Amino acid sequence: MLKISADRLNDLFNRIASEQTLYIPVDHEPNTAEYRKYEDGMKLSESLNTVRSAKDFFFPQTENLAEFKVEGKNIEVKDIREESGDFVVFGVRACDARSFSILDKVFLSEPVDSFYKNRRDHGTIITMACTRPAETCFCTAFGIDPTTPEGDVAVFSDGKDYFFLDCTEKGKKFIESVSDMLEDGDTSELEAVREKTRGIMKKLPLAGLKTDSFGGDKLNELFNSPKWAELSESCLGCGTCTFVCPTCQCYDIRDFNTGNGIRRFRCWDSCMYSDFTKMAHGNPRISQLERFRQRFMHKLVYFPANNDGEFGCVGCGRCLSRCPVSMNIVKVMKTLEVK
Amino acid sequence: MQVNENFEPVIVAFCCNWCSYAGADLSGTNRLNYPANVKIIRVPCSCRVNPMFILRAFQRGADGVIICGCHPGDCHYTSGNYFTRRRITLLYSMLDFLGIERSRTRLEWVSAAEGAKFAAVMEQFVSDVKKLGPNRRLEDLRCRKQ
Amino acid sequence: MQEAMIKRAAQLLADGTVNRVMGWKRGEFVYDTTPAVFTTADELEKEFVCDDFTQANLSKYLVKESRKEGKILAFLKPCDTYSFNQLVKEHRIIRENVYVIGIPGGPKLDIEKIKAKGITGILSVENENYTLKIETLYGTETMPFYEAVSGKCSSCKSRKHVAYDELIGEDGEVLEPNRFDMVEKLENMTSQERYDFWRGELSKCIRCNACRNVCPACTCENCVFDNPKSGIDQKAAADSFEENMFHIIRAFHVAGRCTDCGECSRVCPQNIPLHLLNRKFIKDINELYGEYQAGADTTSKAPLNDYRADDCEPSVVHERGVE
Repeated sequence: MLKISADRLNDLFNRIASEQTLYIPVDHEPNTAEYRKYEDGMKLSESLNTVRSAKDFFFPQTENLAEFKVEGKNIEVKDIREESGDFVVFGVRACDARSFSILDKVFLSEPVDSFYKNRRDHGTIITMACTRPAETCFCTAFGIDPTTPEGDVAVFSDGKDYFFLDCTEKGKKFIESVSDMLEDGDTSELEAVREKTRGIMKKLPLAGLKTDSFGGDKLNELFNSPKWAELSESCLGCGTCTFVCPTCQCYDIRDFNTGNGIRRFRCWDSCMYSDFTKMAHGNPRISQLERFRQRFMHKLVYFPANNDGEFGCVGCGRCLSRCPVSMNIVKVMKTLEVK
Repeated sequence: MQVNENFEPVIVAFCCNWCSYAGADLSGTNRLNYPANVKIIRVPCSCRVNPMFILRAFQRGADGVIICGCHPGDCHYTSGNYFTRRRITLLYSMLDFLGIERSRTRLEWVSAAEGAKFAAVMEQFVSDVKKLGPNRRLEDLRCRKQ
Repeated sequence: MQEAMIKRAAQLLADGTVNRVMGWKRGEFVYDTTPAVFTTADELEKEFVCDDFTQANLSKYLVKESRKEGKILAFLKPCDTYSFNQLVKEHRIIRENVYVIGIPGGPKLDIEKIKAKGITGILSVENENYTLKIETLYGTETMPFYEAVSGKCSSCKSRKHVAYDELIGEDGEVLEPNRFDMVEKLENMTSQERYDFWRGELSKCIRCNACRNVCPACTCENCVFDNPKSGIDQKAAADSFEENMFHIIRAFHVAGRCTDCGECSRVCPQNIPLHLLNRKFIKDINELYGEYQAGADTTSKAPLNDYRADDCEPSVVHERGVE
């Protein structure tokens, strides 16, 4: 496999950044890594994952869709779409890498979301295999192998070198473009590192999490479960879980009057909010119980029902560590599962 | 700091119906000049001014916001302006804490008889804001005039 | 401590004084406790927890719980009793329907501070003579207890309970922490420095509303930021202005009512020091209108619902600190 030694990694970053925009996770504060546009000298974070997920690159929190100018009875609509520039996201973990295939199912099925597609077409995802999973990780429950991440290019580290494996056409092109900086490497030590990580995965506190009790065919019994009342009791109705989630994809479309015209934009929305899906007659989900249930039913029942059994969760553990009251999908699954 | 002589700030003045608005009127009937930069919004009492009004004035392009009400003790509703005073003091202090230039906000008591004071206050405030230049720290970029 | 609480709660359930108990429930890990309502002694025995990680303030839940059938027992730390009192004062909690047992407060631990040391794969945390022994998937780690104390506890304002029906453990004293130090530091910066500081912090905001929703002072049925008729019901900050506006108004709406419980900063997923905005208001109120501690009693007039003929003028802002 082609490799680059760890001390030359920044040279590679500089090279990539000279050709296209590069984003890498950097430590912003201890334990709070976030993706930043690479500038010379930035250090790749050693944190397991970023606080916000990598979905932001393809589905940003707010984006403008169109502009209108109203003059008398005439409305002039301005299409403000622009071709995105090429960019690379480096250091995406296996869980986030899988989230893209989930988001693709939503945004790339007919009718295709051209804003999302534009960025997907121009973005290259370079994933990185995990070596130090945290106690909050449960990606294996959804069939993800953190030692073999998906993406355009997968990168593996044995501590001394970074090895590059192309997984798609786009990835192949990327490796070719920097191949003069890479050299052939011996992967024997790498295998040992990966084996060790697999061993740790088996010992994780959430390693035994089962998904058998969930899926599209369990709709009625799960929807009507009396346990939702108790589960949703502590929920504050904030949007933290949905906004840090790599697979949550609901949005709202709004118009803003700038004084010079109207700007139509979309922004993330959260099913936890009281005004989510509010209609003329009011809100169909009248209390936090229904809103809370919606989020988990979507991930564990509705999404698999429409997508050949694939769950809408990747087990990244962000909601486990960020929920203000520590109520999360694992607790929901363990409470509802049929033992 | 460099002062752009051509810069004409937009000033929003919230004036209480009973005193300051009448004061503005008086300055007009007395043929006193005050800068045309000042856009007056009449409110029933200075106490009607919600902090949100002030922020939204800045959002929509104001470079300075001034609130004018009856002198303390003279409120048409007995105590409205006393509440205004506490509330606005805290709000201005918070804006200052967030690094918004403190000379962009002001509160003055102007009675119905003080037409000359109204004109003088506005003259002074406009010149202060002029020195600061356009509001950049609390503006909404989407609303900037194109 | 925990045993005594469970025992007393079971007694009060058994003799019919209360029919529910509000406390914290054990989670998947050593630290992820969740506020919960218990109805039987059996549940209490199995799942009730009160330890170094039970930071969450339970007071706000009582707004809803005190309106249900029967009486509820709530375990409140000293800081939580201030929020409780404030909510009683505002007629949000029905006092008769709550039986309050005051329990000693922290210092509580913040798992994020442990993780910030690079400690991951946490399986257990033991406090041995104020050294934390942390078992992880990658071996045993140690760190001083006080380095893991949560932000809200490190500037604790009071160990005294201001509302309770009975106490477990001793009552403490009102403390005088240097909780305004950081506010003062910011006040002494230049306006440009303050602007840069807050822009850096507030630009991290993802508008998850956790700070608002956890706040015991924010109990409006329909928040102005959720009300389509307000014209500012934005869900995401599309511009830096909206970030500023949300945080100014959030803090302003609780000015004079905020008890400085520190929940807003605790829950922020982006670690924005939101409590500094609230503390700025508290500091200003103390300096300009006299010392006032929200929630300390249920009868005094809130500073913004009050006035004096000789109050200072807003121009006082120009006379203090640095431009």
